[in-house]
Amino acid sequence: MSTETLEAPVVKEKESLLSKRRKKFVTDPLNDDNPITIQVLGICSALAVTTQMKPTFVMALSVIFVMIFSNLAISLLRNAIPTRVRIIVQLAIVATLVTLVNEVLKAYAFDMYKELSVFIGLIITNCIVMGRLEAFALGNKPYDSVLDGLGSGLGYSWIILTVAFFRELWGSGKVFGYPVFEAMGIENFATNGLMVSPVGAFIVLGFIIWIQRSKTGYVEH
Amino acid sequence: MQQSNTYIIVFSLVLTIILGGLLSGVSQVLGPTQKKAVELDTKKQILGAIPAEKAALATMTAEQVTARYEEVITSSVTNIQGELVTEDASGNTLIAENVNIEKNYKLPAEDRLFPVFKYTSEGNVAYILPTFGAGLWDAIWGYVAISSDFNTIQGISMAHRGETPGLGARITEDEIQARYVGKQILDGNGDLVSVTMIKGEKNPESKLGPHKVDGMAGATITGVGVNNMIAAYLDYYKNYFDNNVEVSNALSMNQ
Repeated sequence: MSTETLEAPVVKEKESLLSKRRKKFVTDPLNDDNPITIQVLGICSALAVTTQMKPTFVMALSVIFVMIFSNLAISLLRNAIPTRVRIIVQLAIVATLVTLVNEVLKAYAFDMYKELSVFIGLIITNCIVMGRLEAFALGNKPYDSVLDGLGSGLGYSWIILTVAFFRELWGSGKVFGYPVFEAMGIENFATNGLMVSPVGAFIVLGFIIWIQRSKTGYVEH
Repeated sequence: MQQSNTYIIVFSLVLTIILGGLLSGVSQVLGPTQKKAVELDTKKQILGAIPAEKAALATMTAEQVTARYEEVITSSVTNIQGELVTEDASGNTLIAENVNIEKNYKLPAEDRLFPVFKYTSEGNVAYILPTFGAGLWDAIWGYVAISSDFNTIQGISMAHRGETPGLGARITEDEIQARYVGKQILDGNGDLVSVTMIKGEKNPESKLGPHKVDGMAGATITGVGVNNMIAAYLDYYKNYFDNNVEVSNALSMNQ
């Protein structure tokens, strides 16, 4: 990944809050520059948490929260952070935010905490977060960085939610814990144990990447 | 931009203090709520050992769970000899709910405290016994509800810390736990044989009988952990039942 510091915008009249350039921060990571399928980052959690939709949804929200606020914090501090210790500073801020998420879940959503606690902790090592801080937030203004964090977070979220949808549907015959096949009158739907294991996530993810790349024409260089 | 070492050190210190302060503040603020959440979760697990209660739990609010718990559960603490223990080593009153099963698990069995949760509802009496053991990756624990004859399992609730989702983690599923309902832990001679989960899944009923339950495919080691855990703790609680039965007889004669 090359660092993509945007060239300093030429001084001009105030840019609108959702200008074309800023919209791209949010929309690019959804498809053309998706953190999971194109950059292939954050695969670990994409495999681990996606057996069911509900925990995946909470995980997605947590990652979006951490991405937005770590991007904001780093961007605000970007001129004060000593270059030589910037990675540790990023790590400290991300770790703080992740711990916050974990503590809040423990207090208000204990069932989710029991299920997700391990993976929430691993957001710290999620390469998407550190990658965006290093590549974007360190060199851009706070508002742009927030949009960038939101975009990358959403790009991560829709992929893991899609993976979780197929894994839960085929692995447990449910969507968000709701037994769809029984509701449709199909009793004894043969669930596929492969989908429940991480291997299932690899396969689903592989298909998503395949479909996406056949549409966008993206190839690895 | 090159900064001096002093700047880096001061920056790091200030950042550490701010972040540390933020975290400890949040921990202070959320601490009581978290403690309540943990207590509520324990109560849910204890009540969940009774299948009828478990079915009701899904739609209950936190207050309803606490109220129901206080209505049907009376707790006590016993030791390995089956004697009731009311005070801890330093003379404080023991509360069964506060006895940490995991900490006790690390002590030799003779030194452990064993909480007992007696369930009474509409004439049905069950003793809910906490159990603790090791699964494949990490700790597993459960609450076994035994009838007062110390033979029939009325139900079980199990939880784990790190078993594989879809394999060993299935011990938390109702379907697995329902397999234990009605099983017996004593053989014809009254000796403790416990209930074991066998290898493989969808075993025919002929291979099961009163002391065996169907296994979990792909999670045999977790199954063995569950077996060891249940067998060990039933053995620890045996004395409690021996003593307890006499106590209740004596009481009824006095009346």
